[in-house]
Amino acid sequence: MAIGRRLDPALALAGLGLFLVVPPFLPQWITFLLTLAWAKALAVLGIVLLLRGGLLTFGHALYYAVGAYTAGFAVKFLGVHEGLVVLGLAVVTGAAASALLGLLLARYRGVHFGLLNLAFSMVLYAILLKFYEITGGTDGLRLPTPLLAGVKPDAQHLRLTIYYVTVVLAALLLYVAYRFTTSPLGYTLRAVRDNEVRVEYMGASVRQAIYCSYIVAGVMASVGGVLAGFSVGHIVPELSFWTQSGEFVFVALLGGTGSVLAPVAGSIVFEFVRNYAFKYSPYTWQMTLGIVLLGIIFFLPGGLWSLKGIAARRWTIVTRRSQ
Amino acid sequence: MSAGLTFTYGVVRILNLAHGNLYALGAYMGAWLVLGWGSSAMPVLSYLLLFAAAVFIGVTAGPLIERLFLRRVYGKEEEIQILLTFSILLILEDVIKLVWGVSPLFADKPYIYMGHVRLGGVDYAGYPFLLTGIAVVTGILLWLVVTRTRFGKVLVSVITDREVSSALGVNVPRIYTLAFTLGAVFAALGGAFTAPMFSVVPGIGAEVIVVSFAVVAIGGLGSIGGAALGALLVGLARATAVHLFPELDLFAIYLIMALVLLFRPQGLFGQVQARRI
Amino acid sequence: MSAVLETVSLTKFFGMVRAAEDLSVQFQEGELVGIVGPNGSGKTTLLNVITGYVKPDRGRIRYQGKDITGLSPRAVADLGIARSFQMPQLYLSLTVLENLVLALAIRAGRAREFWAPLERVDRRDEAPRILEQFGLEEHASHDAGQLPEGARKLLDVALSFARRPRILLMDEPTSGVSARDKSKVMDTLVPVLKGTGVTTIFVEHDMEVVQRYAERVLAFDEGKVIAAGSPDAVLRDPTVRRALLGQP
Repeated sequence: MAIGRRLDPALALAGLGLFLVVPPFLPQWITFLLTLAWAKALAVLGIVLLLRGGLLTFGHALYYAVGAYTAGFAVKFLGVHEGLVVLGLAVVTGAAASALLGLLLARYRGVHFGLLNLAFSMVLYAILLKFYEITGGTDGLRLPTPLLAGVKPDAQHLRLTIYYVTVVLAALLLYVAYRFTTSPLGYTLRAVRDNEVRVEYMGASVRQAIYCSYIVAGVMASVGGVLAGFSVGHIVPELSFWTQSGEFVFVALLGGTGSVLAPVAGSIVFEFVRNYAFKYSPYTWQMTLGIVLLGIIFFLPGGLWSLKGIAARRWTIVTRRSQ
Repeated sequence: MSAGLTFTYGVVRILNLAHGNLYALGAYMGAWLVLGWGSSAMPVLSYLLLFAAAVFIGVTAGPLIERLFLRRVYGKEEEIQILLTFSILLILEDVIKLVWGVSPLFADKPYIYMGHVRLGGVDYAGYPFLLTGIAVVTGILLWLVVTRTRFGKVLVSVITDREVSSALGVNVPRIYTLAFTLGAVFAALGGAFTAPMFSVVPGIGAEVIVVSFAVVAIGGLGSIGGAALGALLVGLARATAVHLFPELDLFAIYLIMALVLLFRPQGLFGQVQARRI
Repeated sequence: MSAVLETVSLTKFFGMVRAAEDLSVQFQEGELVGIVGPNGSGKTTLLNVITGYVKPDRGRIRYQGKDITGLSPRAVADLGIARSFQMPQLYLSLTVLENLVLALAIRAGRAREFWAPLERVDRRDEAPRILEQFGLEEHASHDAGQLPEGARKLLDVALSFARRPRILLMDEPTSGVSARDKSKVMDTLVPVLKGTGVTTIFVEHDMEVVQRYAERVLAFDEGKVIAAGSPDAVLRDPTVRRALLGQP
């Protein structure tokens, strides 16, 4: 007996194909924005996974920054230039950081969870800012182009290479996230959101479910941080600032929590809109975000992704009528 | 400030992330009024202006936010409520920038008027004493309102059981608006009276919400006495840290918070809420 | 025959309210016991204390000869004591089938797996069989939040039943269900439960339901057992009638 809403493999593969085939024909700045959008989508994905358990974090940029600075330190202090090694390290540091903080955070829900996360991310921000000798302070760290499996990507196709690495890795992690949502743990997390008491009475540990999910979400963001760091080539403490976390939360809501693909859609829309909004009204940017967020909360609680379902339903109604 | 936050939460059960903005609004309004109309001829006037600024912000922004937005999400999932106040936070951040620009405001006159106090041979600035006095007085006032007045009793009944209170003829929505407004006034008061000590810059709202959340989390959400104790602990820790490890003043707060929460997840005075089954 | 579950001088006060006072009761393997009593007489508290949701002030709980006092609900569930709730506690955003398969996954200790899909857990189609036994197969793909009250009650019991407990505690399985459907709910539940030999203890307000379905009845008042025995005997007992119906 089949259960759950399936990921539409045709749609997913067609979408991925599009992202693999088209970029060589696009202007470089678009490729760059897409790279950034995919990288950030991973951090957003982490937030979406936790939201399925009813947990809203305002500090997920913490792990994003952990990933980015793992890359920064690996290059600066360890002399590691191999991109794949750096990614491996980021998985380890992301997991370690979330495993440590998760011990404390897995007890909390609601506001406490959200703001404790915020507090920890601001602590990291302060550390990154103040320990100038190690972190470069406000100047941040430069992140030179990494090697890929021992080969230095040639300068001409640099952007495109980084783009492809990002998309492929992100797609892999999206698949991992998808498996997560259909797994017993993913369902237990949803059950926690619905009814914690029942979960405990059934003999499952709510804390363990939250703890494991938190680590998964942390690793996602950490990898996203490395990818974004490499694509920008420079990392700054602001990666851990509350506005960055807020942005992730915003994109998560914009995309919707209905599918693991939604964060990608939300993230791409967001990067492009911001690109233009910054040009035309730099001072009202946050206000625009706030107003859009209000609109989503009141009128489109499923995010952009739910438009797909609405469109599909309209379509069937239209086709039925015409018959 | 924290008293306002915990107060609102206690009654409405929504933790208002935009509380920091109300603080910021109070600070800006206060600084702006003092810069515009404060004169050295009448020092008292500038304090009155600060007070007026706070009350004005509280009674305009408070009901507006509550009536227009919060009212629609009572009883919904907590994430939604938090997100709602988060979007208000984003909007207010820019409103502040639009109205007062991005350059800092210095309104240190009220600070200077208070002069210095000699204690044990050392000079201390007088203003912090005034600030402490105001905080203590408002804290006591709030406590008296809740425990001694009719309004306070109605409030407690609403907190305990929304449905029964409304069945008994209490106008629950009105109480919510009042409570939220009162919370907003406290936030704005905090902002207005601390404004003379620092330069008022964009983004203070967000900083303040984190610190005051720490204060409230230490004390226990919804407990006014807890908030006061939390504020005291945080203040002491910060002062100690500034003396011993100036780099680490922010960490001191989080360290205390983490320690308290590690041993008492609901805060020092918080109550564990059991789910009814 | 020794009892599978027993309480020994259990005492629990909520302020001035005596929810249990020196309460010692025994339950035998495989029996179907009904508990009656006025509101606030300690019926639900007994279930809460047995399952570890509420800690008793004094007294012990013994299950299969072992002391289980003070264990967490999770630990108690792992030992084979499941309960259902007066207000059904379901995962409202999941479908009925998902609710049930998740229960099976948790029973199998696989709630932490995060790669294989949930449906793999139920290779032998145990969930559809349980749905059929409980008459819920038509609702399999509906969200639990959309079920009519009677079906909610049944699903709530089904979730606990899916753990294959030795003891099943049901808190008012027919409350909130229309008078007409009460017997339908019980007629579905009782044969399934008797068929597996699970020891069942249910709290119930409706005297008719208790009389028809319970094999043995305990009557509670103010945290004490005021009568015990066959349904007819207990429900005819004048003390019980006075406590329950306020009749002299």
